[in-house]
Amino acid sequence: MSKRRLKGWKEIPMGGMVTEPGSSVEFDVSAWRTFKPVIDQSKCTKCGLCWIYCPEAAIVIKEDGRYEVDLTFCKGCGICERACAPRAITMVKEESA
Amino acid sequence: MKRLGLSGNYAVAYAVKMADVDVIAAYPITPQTTIVEKLSDFVANGELDAEYVNVESEHSAMSACVGASLTGARVFTATSSQGLAYMHEVLFMASALRTPIVMTNVNRALSAPLNIWNDHSDAMAERDSGWIQLWASSAQEALDTTIEAFKIAEDVLLPVMVNIDGFIVSHTYEPVTLPDEGEVKRYIPSKPLTNRLSPRLAYSVGVVGPPEYYYEMKYQAVDAMERSRQRIKEIEADFNRRFGKDYKDINAYYMEDAEYALLAMGSMTGTARVVAESLRRRGERAGVVSIRWFRPFPFERLAEILEGVRGIGVMDRAVTPGGPSNPLFVDVASGLYGMAERPVLQSFVAGLGGRDVSTDEFGMMFSKTKEAARSGRAGPCIYVGLRE
Ligand code: SF4
Ligand code: SF4
Repeated sequence: MSKRRLKGWKEIPMGGMVTEPGSSVEFDVSAWRTFKPVIDQSKCTKCGLCWIYCPEAAIVIKEDGRYEVDLTFCKGCGICERACAPRAITMVKEESA
Repeated sequence: MKRLGLSGNYAVAYAVKMADVDVIAAYPITPQTTIVEKLSDFVANGELDAEYVNVESEHSAMSACVGASLTGARVFTATSSQGLAYMHEVLFMASALRTPIVMTNVNRALSAPLNIWNDHSDAMAERDSGWIQLWASSAQEALDTTIEAFKIAEDVLLPVMVNIDGFIVSHTYEPVTLPDEGEVKRYIPSKPLTNRLSPRLAYSVGVVGPPEYYYEMKYQAVDAMERSRQRIKEIEADFNRRFGKDYKDINAYYMEDAEYALLAMGSMTGTARVVAESLRRRGERAGVVSIRWFRPFPFERLAEILEGVRGIGVMDRAVTPGGPSNPLFVDVASGLYGMAERPVLQSFVAGLGGRDVSTDEFGMMFSKTKEAARSGRAGPCIYVGLRE
């Protein structure tokens, strides 16, 4: 995460409201992960189930139609691995990856 | 102006009706029930145009109030004892999310043993929840304070709890003067609160506040409470002017030349006054101090009132087991700590679980306080009326 000046109590909207939509794009969750999903493109049928099920919207569809993981927002929950019928996704331990 | 015979609870219901609330979410519990029962009558009869939300618990009642309040609705609920305890976690959210909810808490002892009668342990357990706490000791005061509470809550954007003693105030019928409805409308006009959730103004509330943000968010509510001291004073002065009343943060009786005094909250101060009057007739310089705002605690004005007083007996209707003393005493002692010449403070616990406190017992408290004032030393806390 970039080093920004954090807002003081007088600047933060009252009651800690978040007034701008989509502010979670500022939140890097990659440090939460122990395992990360790796997609074997040769097995992927492009069914889109991982894209639907990912609670963080961390699965992105590239212009050429490939499915990839945006690792800034992937928290490593493994839901995509379970959702993938042709077993194209494998959760791989971070340090060994 | 209409004069009616009303119980403390019905007086509150009339105030809520006059405040023209938008949403009521409540769960019945003795001795509060007749407040929301009366309000459901008003709604069913078409006398009050409000959304009446029946919930399955107090936790849900307070949660519904928070949600409704965030949309800018004027919101009311009432509870007692276990019900207030069950709201506990949501109370902190209500204050930190700055929802101006008004709630009557009809003070009742906490279990065990199960007890439906009055003491102050329920409200004292929520001391730090960030709610403004006002105390009313008659049906008339309950009505007036409830009307004020809406004005205060919506001005400082903090929730307000109005406490009335269970049964002693809640179920006692008294002649109550209803204020002029038009004047109430001018005092608390139903105007939508700005900066509230609506289809046009979307935002997220109740978000995660990580260590980098929680502290600042929490401090906003601390600051609002501090600033409320001045605002409540002004709002109360406005109320007094419009309705011909004389409400203040602390009611002081016979304090101009008092040598010693008893200090308490709620209806017990009534008996204390009667006993002080008879002491005065015997030439004693006894006084009574009744705290009306418990949060924010008016410690500066308390110090002014107690200037020159030698001894104070602080009556708690709740206990803090293992503490240096009981909740009201602790606040009084720390509030007066900065005084150059502090009065001697004698601690009393009285009336737990609805135990009556007799005039003789008040006489004993006055004389123990006088002893402490004269000797300059207070003894350990006295548990009034406790059988060994
Ligand atoms: S591991 Fe979880 S968060 Fe990461 S891409 Fe898969 S479903 Fe999304
Ligand atoms: S669920 Fe599996 S097969 Fe379907 S798009 Fe995702 S990776 Fe490809």
